[in-house]
Amino acid sequence: MTARPASAPQERRRTGRTPSTVAVRLEHVSKSFGTRKVLDDVSLEVRTGTAFVILGRSGTGKSVALRHIVGLMRPDAGRVFVGDDEVNTLEGAELSRVRKGIGFLFQNAALFDSITVGENVAFPLRRHTRLKDADIRARAREKLAAVGLAREYDKMPADLSGGMRKRAGLARALALDPALLLVDEPSAGLDPITADEIDQLLLDLKEGGGTTIVIVTHNIPSARQLGDELVMLHEGRIVARGTPDDLAGSDDPLVMAFMTSHNTG
Amino acid sequence: MLDRAGRAVLERLAMAGDASLFALRATRALVTPPFEVRETVRQLYELGLRSAPLIAVSGLAVGVVLSMHTRASLERFGAESMIPAGLAIALVRETGPLTAGLLLSGRIGAGIGAELGAMRVTEQIDALEATAVDAFRYLVVTRVAACIVALPILTTLMNFAGMLGGFVAETAITGMTLTLYFERAFSLIDMTDYIPATLKTMVFGFVIASVSSYLGYTTSSGTEGVGRASTRAVVLSSILLIVTNVVLVRLIFFFFPEAAG
Repeated sequence: MTARPASAPQERRRTGRTPSTVAVRLEHVSKSFGTRKVLDDVSLEVRTGTAFVILGRSGTGKSVALRHIVGLMRPDAGRVFVGDDEVNTLEGAELSRVRKGIGFLFQNAALFDSITVGENVAFPLRRHTRLKDADIRARAREKLAAVGLAREYDKMPADLSGGMRKRAGLARALALDPALLLVDEPSAGLDPITADEIDQLLLDLKEGGGTTIVIVTHNIPSARQLGDELVMLHEGRIVARGTPDDLAGSDDPLVMAFMTSHNTG
Repeated sequence: MLDRAGRAVLERLAMAGDASLFALRATRALVTPPFEVRETVRQLYELGLRSAPLIAVSGLAVGVVLSMHTRASLERFGAESMIPAGLAIALVRETGPLTAGLLLSGRIGAGIGAELGAMRVTEQIDALEATAVDAFRYLVVTRVAACIVALPILTTLMNFAGMLGGFVAETAITGMTLTLYFERAFSLIDMTDYIPATLKTMVFGFVIASVSSYLGYTTSSGTEGVGRASTRAVVLSSILLIVTNVVLVRLIFFFFPEAAG
């Protein structure tokens, strides 16, 4: 059993419906913390199989938007869809079912620090598949090898560098071959070379096809390289959207200032 | 100033309400599936078995000290032969359960508060949720269950270690044999002394684990918050444990009047 959703014909046979071509949809989502409005009437659509980048300065609500998609936060107003499931209304087993199809790479990787790197990657497999122990270990090794960490299986997360932790986090996020991958600030806190390595892994994944990727970043080169479509958040609102070229050619002073900055994360 | 004091009181009340709801949620989850058996067993090892050396050593020391104090008192009445029985009653009925509870609220309370707090601020709890795992059941309910099971076992260990400590003190002074010592120790206690007093530590276990888990699970403000959660877990669970003990002793005397004799 894996978390990858059924193919289109399978889904049609099972439900009689055509699977959604929109992987993620936010409809008029607003969220406040106290008196501070972090998301203000945000609407967006991520098409299945594309890489979608949410850009913006720190504190503009990018990560909050990502957390709404996986149901870690609930909107004060508006609706959040993953495929045809309205995530903000789901609980318990139904929410778990949706989450099994989503991989989440946290900003600081969020590896479970009491178990080895290999067991971190094996964790979702142990929880959600009926694979034998040997198969789970083999698959975890395979996922670690794909991010260049084949030899780190038995190391503890504390023994890894920042870049290695992030790669291990990516391996864990991909353990169940999710249809949707959410990535929070992939290059934050990393040197430019390590950040490029992470970007390359995401690019490989994108080119491999089949996985929809939503990336939150304030790294412009990374966003331009990875994104099929970009939105820019400012003070909780979407101020620009389009292809990387659309945003690069924007005459909005705010977008221009951001897109021409030399920030590399 | 009154305004500030009033706000502080309201905040404390709100926290008490939150913590009560948290404990209620844990209670409900304890008796409804799915059960995280594997993780509960792991916690039983981490929280229970790993606390055994602390309890055993402390029990020995408490036993030695209690025996010395008891001897000083009973010698005046020429009743030294009652020392083992007196010590056993004191340990089994109150000293063992309460001392074990307080020691464990220090060791386990601080551990749970710090561990869950660190997991919260490093997003590990969010990562569990995002991996489609019920973090509350996996982290909180397993610890509460493990503490409920571990406390009576560790209390029994404390009682025996205390009696053994008493024996060491006695044999050093009088040369009393182990057989005679334990014969005298068990001469005046029966199951009504042991069972209610030991089972009340299940409530201690629940209090320690749920208070510490609440403070760790709801930690904010980074590493400073983790330290605060850990300290408050020890302080609050110790205070609550002492207060709960008063209530439980009253209840035991009500339901088992012979335990008061």
